[in-house]
Amino acid sequence: MSLVISHLARRFGATPVLRGIELEVRQGELIALLGPSGSGKTTLLRIIAGLDWPDAGGLSFDGTDWLAKSAAERRIGFVFQHYALFPHMTVRDNIAFGLTVLPRATRPGQAQIAATVDRLLRFLQIDGLADRYPAELSGGQRQRVALGRAMAIEPRVLLLDEPFGALDAQVRRDLRRWLRGVHDSTGTTTIFVTHDQEEAFELADRVVVMNGGVVEQIGHPDEIYDHPATPFVARFLGLTVELPIAMRAGRAEASGLDLSALPRRAIPDGPATLFLRPADIQPVPDPAAPFRVTEIASTGALLRIVAESDTGCRIEAEVSRREGRDLRVGHAVGLRPAAGQIFPGGATPLARPASAPKALKEARP
Amino acid sequence: MSMAAITAAQAGRQRRVLPGFGLTMGLTLTYVGIIVLLPVIALVLKGAEIGPVRFWAIVTAPRTLAALQLTITAAALAAAFNAAYGLLMAWVLVRYRFPGRRLLDAMMDIPFALPTAVAGLSLTALFSENGWYGQFLAPAGFPVVYTIWGVAIAMSFTSIPFVVRTVQPILEDMDRSQEEAARTLGATPLQIFVRVIFPAILPSFLVGTTIAFARSLGEFGAVIFIAGNLPMKTEIASLLAVIRLEEYDYNGAAAIALTLVAIAMVLLVLSNWLQSRLTRRRVPA
Repeated sequence: MSLVISHLARRFGATPVLRGIELEVRQGELIALLGPSGSGKTTLLRIIAGLDWPDAGGLSFDGTDWLAKSAAERRIGFVFQHYALFPHMTVRDNIAFGLTVLPRATRPGQAQIAATVDRLLRFLQIDGLADRYPAELSGGQRQRVALGRAMAIEPRVLLLDEPFGALDAQVRRDLRRWLRGVHDSTGTTTIFVTHDQEEAFELADRVVVMNGGVVEQIGHPDEIYDHPATPFVARFLGLTVELPIAMRAGRAEASGLDLSALPRRAIPDGPATLFLRPADIQPVPDPAAPFRVTEIASTGALLRIVAESDTGCRIEAEVSRREGRDLRVGHAVGLRPAAGQIFPGGATPLARPASAPKALKEARP
Repeated sequence: MSMAAITAAQAGRQRRVLPGFGLTMGLTLTYVGIIVLLPVIALVLKGAEIGPVRFWAIVTAPRTLAALQLTITAAALAAAFNAAYGLLMAWVLVRYRFPGRRLLDAMMDIPFALPTAVAGLSLTALFSENGWYGQFLAPAGFPVVYTIWGVAIAMSFTSIPFVVRTVQPILEDMDRSQEEAARTLGATPLQIFVRVIFPAILPSFLVGTTIAFARSLGEFGAVIFIAGNLPMKTEIASLLAVIRLEEYDYNGAAAIALTLVAIAMVLLVLSNWLQSRLTRRRVPA
């Protein structure tokens, strides 16, 4: 274990932003903090960096208490969402900054600093930009410079706040692969914040899903995708269809639903809620079934089908055009989910107060 | 000034928001021509009439030289003081939140709003030998009234807002994450100020200081009361110009005025050139 976070709590005024965070990050891991805005992920990152301080809880790195150390003493590399490059310095001077502010006794010589910067420029594939100013760079180039500046001090942990948030889709995808490559060849423990699940899942070794200041789930991307641990994670990962069901002897039952594809679950008998992805639902024509097709729309490759039950339950399904060619508005259909997640409790559990801190966070001095 | 140039250039490229480019531009140029340029041109023409030899004789006359030397030295002192104090003031107003901050902010405009003669009279009353400050300063061997120090104090009073008001908005707009970045990279607070914050405000700081200096060169109302106006000692250049005028020595007045204008112009051009050099490559693409 290298980085250990325990019972971490932080409030801004009366608003709790972090409510007891527990997290252990191993040496060399690439971790994504994933959550909607206001979930506390950026605050957690800033506390790890030493740019903010918790009201309670602990933070240690390899056994040393980091809360007793300043940001500079922790030697972390922080990449800001909008890069925060120094506008009056060239790319070269920006990257060299962390080395030139070292105390004279430990500061490398001019030539050595220049060599380090050159090596980083080549490594980050921006060697042609050394003498440009930040204003003369594109978003993707600025991102690389910001990463280079953070890496120059050989940080123990690299922290990135929404690293691709300000970039367009194509550059995002390219930089994502590139960042994974950089991580794999340096092996630096890396934590990045994102609200984009695709980004988190593609890049990270482990994903930490946060909501309302608590960790909802930690795990390997596939594990989280296949087995969301809480209703929040299920909804956040696109399991947007919620159906009331009944559990009996580990089997889910509901009228008009063919749930034979779902495995048995160790959930006590009684009411429960089934969470489904629209793409995992196959509507099957069945005159006796309680669902009736109310809308069919084509998105080209897929048909988006809306069905309503006589009890007022409304679901959305996505099927391929071929599979759905026999469906017509008004048809009675049964639903056959291919996969889904069941949580005990009949009434849809309300999402945790998805925290107001967003506005507060931005207003913070 | 270069800010205005940038904005104008951008407006030209975009679709114009306000109609009537011809009308507004025409009015602006007419105004600038009549109120700003014409008097300067008239002054230059008047100066040219004198002829270089006579001009040189007037400007290098002992009394003129003394007045110019006093004016420039006192203005430099005032500008130096305002540079330091204005930077501090802007910092306090932007970086800290305290009761009365808005009042303090508003007070920075008093020197602009107050008639300079009133300022001069009040300062003279305060610093005269039986005034609130003067009663302590004079016995301590530091007389202010009727000395260059009095002149400098009066000048600094009327030009304080220039540095504050040029630096303040830049400091306010500064991205705080730059400082945080510097902190995570291991910079000390002093290094953060010297290497990250000060370079960001340097261009506007230079402009503010130069304008404060230029303004002090021409300050009249506030200075003449506290200076005592002893020829060769505490007589400022603009007062000497007025005296020449009253003596119907128009050439003398014009030569002195022209010298002051030339110094101010050179400084303004220099500071604008420096500012544009410093900011040229910082403007976002």
